[in-house]
Amino acid sequence: MTGTGRGTGTGRGTESTLRVGLVYPELLGTYGDRGNALVLVERARWRGFDAELVEVAAGDPIPDSLDVYLFGGGEDDPQTMAASGMRASANAVRRAIDGGAVVLAVCAGFQLIGTGYVDAGGEVIEGIGLVDARTVAGAPRLIGEVIVEPEPSTGLPTITGFENHGGRTKLGPGVRPLGRVTRGGGNGIGAVDGALAPNIVATYLHGPVLPRNPALADLLLTWVTGGPLEPLPSVLEEALRAERLAEARLTGWRARARDLRLERG
Amino acid sequence: MRVRTRLAVGAGTIAGHASRLAGRGAGDQISGRVMLGVDPELIAKLARDQRVVLVSATNGKTTTTRLIAAALEAEGEPVVSNVTGANLTSGVVSALARARGPGFAVLEVDERVLPRVYDALRPELLVLGNLSRDQLDRFGEVHVLSDRWRALLAANPEQVVVANASDPPVVWAAAPARTTWLELGTGWTGDSATCPQCGALLGWNDRGFACPNCGFCTPETAHRLVGNHLELDGATIPLRIALPGRWNVDNAALAIVAATRLGVRADDAALAVAAVESVAGRMATYTVPDGRTVRVLLAKNPAGWLEVLRYVQDVDTAVVLAVNAHVADGKDPSWLWDVPYELLAGHAVAAAGERALDVAVRLRYAGIDCLVERDVMRAVARIDGPSVTVIASYTQFYGLSRRLARASRAARPASEPERPA
Repeated sequence: MTGTGRGTGTGRGTESTLRVGLVYPELLGTYGDRGNALVLVERARWRGFDAELVEVAAGDPIPDSLDVYLFGGGEDDPQTMAASGMRASANAVRRAIDGGAVVLAVCAGFQLIGTGYVDAGGEVIEGIGLVDARTVAGAPRLIGEVIVEPEPSTGLPTITGFENHGGRTKLGPGVRPLGRVTRGGGNGIGAVDGALAPNIVATYLHGPVLPRNPALADLLLTWVTGGPLEPLPSVLEEALRAERLAEARLTGWRARARDLRLERG
Repeated sequence: MRVRTRLAVGAGTIAGHASRLAGRGAGDQISGRVMLGVDPELIAKLARDQRVVLVSATNGKTTTTRLIAAALEAEGEPVVSNVTGANLTSGVVSALARARGPGFAVLEVDERVLPRVYDALRPELLVLGNLSRDQLDRFGEVHVLSDRWRALLAANPEQVVVANASDPPVVWAAAPARTTWLELGTGWTGDSATCPQCGALLGWNDRGFACPNCGFCTPETAHRLVGNHLELDGATIPLRIALPGRWNVDNAALAIVAATRLGVRADDAALAVAAVESVAGRMATYTVPDGRTVRVLLAKNPAGWLEVLRYVQDVDTAVVLAVNAHVADGKDPSWLWDVPYELLAGHAVAAAGERALDVAVRLRYAGIDCLVERDVMRAVARIDGPSVTVIASYTQFYGLSRRLARASRAARPASEPERPA
């Protein structure tokens, strides 16, 4: 929604096109992150909005004209490269958020919108500081199904996802997490996952996270369009969610049973 | 053979037979494991009398191996090969143990296993196809593998190699050796964003890749695949192969170049390669009880899926997508969102396998309605279409081939010869 709606605080109008930006897909696209963009675009279109997916190619400046900024997961070298591009465009992203744009940052993307990431070799990669969260590479790597009970203020149902990262992320004082982790690792500190800030959601959850959690996708769309959205049928998504949540609980119990056996020798 | 070698091979062969009788697969992995348990030095001992050719890649190594073996067999050479795709150390040993005297051992080797078995096998020729993301949750990053291969070849600079000049991680790996480069053209680039040498963003042009920072680029070569023609040593060889799909033309080209480095004439190699119809059940066709033809294609990762979808796009067939997420498939099926399933528009599509629901949700956002049926045989029976193509992830693929072969036998009169071979 380029143009007039910006900065009014009452949404960004419905006249023009919703621009969903996939930032540096070549670098930050390791875990199907394109799926998050696709879900936002399609769910907007199904409700009659014009929406388009805008890819910001690595090396290009990030424009301030997007309505959604998606920062995805990436491996070490690509993450370092993405960080320098993001730092160069940090002001544009900030301007857009001030004007009502929203951000979804996942895994490496979460680390980079934080204040910084200390990698396994001790090297510091500065983030762009959209949220007060600092990450240090840790062990073991956290891999598997995750269940997050979201902050009540979001109004979201239970969140399901898959994590695969070595990050340990410490939230600054007063920074709210996306939710409480009941299965899996999340931030790896304090049994929480992600971070919440005005117009910003950050998480470690892949899957990707939006196809598995259409309510989270709709929350972002509500923020950016400024109004309540008509519900969509989601039989397949609900079936997938039920299956993944059951699987996460089952593997959680299996792990506990194994630990018990180990303790008893 | 020395006593211990003979003992090891004997024990392993028995274990393999037992495994086959128990219906637990081709038995190559287990028989090899038993052999190595009896004699850990077995690989080197068995390889000593063989001219060893090793084939490694993320995608296409089983087919390329089969095609090289076919080219050598057509020359009348004795060839042993791990034709079933058992490509870990144990599978390699099983294949070598089948040799009845000196000859060729054409072996596919898992890309992670290659550095571990290299010294024992001392290959005459190493064939390197491509490196892309595969089972990410298990093995990590493409550039780590590429670096390991490079270290291996830097320590063995006299090694003769045939390698794909169009794949950045492969070029990085094979550069220190005596390499014949074959330009296959740009394929999957989704996992080659950054330069393996300096980490900068790679640039791509008509000829291939070039790093704007350090100059790392597609190596100069006169050998290239142009459409269905292989330009090799100044000659142009038309490729008309029985195997379906663009990716198999790449495999065929690589195999022909490899065969010529082993002394086979290019024209002869092309003929032998062209005649191969099915490889280890991959690309095989079956006839099911309702009379329709079912073709099964294996797709292991995003690069493989893209190739297979491009092929299916132009075929009038119903499509069953059968996806699991076990360790061998990659436990995280988020790669579904990197694959352009939009190419299936206009086909009848079913989502099957243990992760059928992930597939179905992905298809919804691709604008494709699908039937959801976890059991792949039932999905095949239920879906409408003149024929059915099943695209299966790794662990779906193996059980399915067996079940389809059984259904196929039930479908035809006993007098008819069975297909596929």
